[in-house]
Amino acid sequence: MTAALLIDFGSTFTKLRAVDLEKAIIIGAGQGPSTVATDITGGLTKALTDLEGRIGRLPDFKHRLACSSAAGGLGMVTVGLVKELTAEAAKQAALGAGAKLTGAFSFGLTKGDIAEVEALAPDIILLAGGTDGGNSDVILENAEKLATASVTCPIIVAGNREAADEAAGLLEAAGKPVTVTENVMPEFGELNVEPARGAIRQVFIERIVHAKGIDRAAEMFDAVLMPTPAAVLEGARLLSEGLDNTPGLGALVVIDVGGATTDVHSVATGEPTAEGVIPHGLPEPHLKRTVEGDLGMRINAPAIAEAAGLDALAGAAGLDADGARKILDEITADVDSLPETTAQKRFDQALAEAAVAIAVARHAGTVTIVQTVSGPVSMQTGKDLGSVATVIGTGGVLAHGADPAAALARALADPARPQSLRPKDPELRLDGDYLLFACGLLAGVEPEAALTLGLAHMHPVGGT
Amino acid sequence: MNTGEKPKRGDITLVTGVIGADTHIVGNRILSLGLEEAGFKVVTLGALTPADEFVKAALETAADGIMVSSLYGQGELDCRGFRDLCIEAGLEGILLYIGGNLVVGKQDWDSVEKRYKEMGFDRVFPNGTRVEEVVEILDKDFAARKKPPRKKAGT
Repeated sequence: MTAALLIDFGSTFTKLRAVDLEKAIIIGAGQGPSTVATDITGGLTKALTDLEGRIGRLPDFKHRLACSSAAGGLGMVTVGLVKELTAEAAKQAALGAGAKLTGAFSFGLTKGDIAEVEALAPDIILLAGGTDGGNSDVILENAEKLATASVTCPIIVAGNREAADEAAGLLEAAGKPVTVTENVMPEFGELNVEPARGAIRQVFIERIVHAKGIDRAAEMFDAVLMPTPAAVLEGARLLSEGLDNTPGLGALVVIDVGGATTDVHSVATGEPTAEGVIPHGLPEPHLKRTVEGDLGMRINAPAIAEAAGLDALAGAAGLDADGARKILDEITADVDSLPETTAQKRFDQALAEAAVAIAVARHAGTVTIVQTVSGPVSMQTGKDLGSVATVIGTGGVLAHGADPAAALARALADPARPQSLRPKDPELRLDGDYLLFACGLLAGVEPEAALTLGLAHMHPVGGT
Repeated sequence: MNTGEKPKRGDITLVTGVIGADTHIVGNRILSLGLEEAGFKVVTLGALTPADEFVKAALETAADGIMVSSLYGQGELDCRGFRDLCIEAGLEGILLYIGGNLVVGKQDWDSVEKRYKEMGFDRVFPNGTRVEEVVEILDKDFAARKKPPRKKAGT
């Protein structure tokens, strides 16, 4: 048997998946606590013992690959010039690399901005600004300001190529670790986020893993390849695109409802599906990830209630307003609690449904009607996900929730809101075995096995 | 007059687009292609472009000029405060041209030109102006500028 071990160093748990690469099946799963704050090997050892208890003596693993969202995840700050242009492109690159975006700045950094960046203490700063041959003043100014700032983290320069070397020189002279990569927007309106994503991943592997103390367990695995959200996105990409002899699922959306945030990943061109619709604004990245920092099942349960309305949640859960308020207060008082009573479970289901609906509506593009002299014109901003073939749910609340199909169904287009370009008639699937991250990690070394595993384990749910 | 070398067209970036809720793209496309053929670097925004998007594109690409098209008679409304927007964005010296059917009905050209110049446009062109003519005037206007058209990194 040729086996692989896939590790997710999470913020709460260290999760393991052992897979048989020849048969492309899961051999077993194991779990331990997350101990990155003290010594990461502790949690991993416990998880391995757990795995051994389930499957017997552990095989010699051909690959032992890990991803991590422990120790706060990969905290990033992005800097660009115009908010809707290079600053947006920089944000997309960071999110696509699986980062937790803690700050996004545009135009010249002020003293206040620098103080904020220093306080945020990001793991990586992505510095963009100017198209190639375009504005170089602002990126140079910002590099100068960052050079004098007290931040010591690696800085990736992905701006105007004419100014990039000089910007890097300013930062290097001040002792900052610098990487220069291709511009996130080389031409006006052209998005080029892959090189920056690659550079972020490289810095993550070479420096961040060490900085966060994850490499203390280095003897127990081969490599920590990427942040966990990037692994999920890579898994989604493989499932969507497939391989030469195995077709993928086509355009798809992955929804991950967590305790603090809700992530939505789409692998889709997002081009207009209706005739005569004019796309507007920046082109969208084929692989797009958005993070809703106000939609989480535990820490951000009150924020979901605020966004969706507590009355609406109560109604959906079949509770009265007081009952819903009481459960919400209980969640706030103990964010580690899991639902036990029927009412709590119904309220959790309502929270999950609301988080899915709001997060996908924010991720999806919109179409607006503009009245012109020659009649109304439809203009599309963002991705049209109308023709997306598959919607996959992942993460604890969807995997273990009362009715994942009903929660995922809230991602669908609403005939009453045609302006929101959500999936019209996708197949709903569930990553019930939490395997998508493992597929993403395996995609680089054993793509065939990763794809077979992924296709077999994203179980269809609901009647569609 | 120009003290330094004559600016090269290849060093000059121009932003083109049709302003406002105007879908008439053909003339603007001909202009954009013509300017590109003449050797300028052209950033095309296309139809239905709000004023602020011209300015944002010019800022990011360090453009030297903005060429606004307006064909549907609403240009006066759409272009109000255009120069102010540029100044606000730090693009004080940027060259602003406008052309097309700039007003509704037949109006005295001198008064039309005057109104648009008052809005801050450096040049105002009636519908039917040939690209060659625009190129010639661009060369003249850029040659008349003392500083080189674009700041290079490190200068």
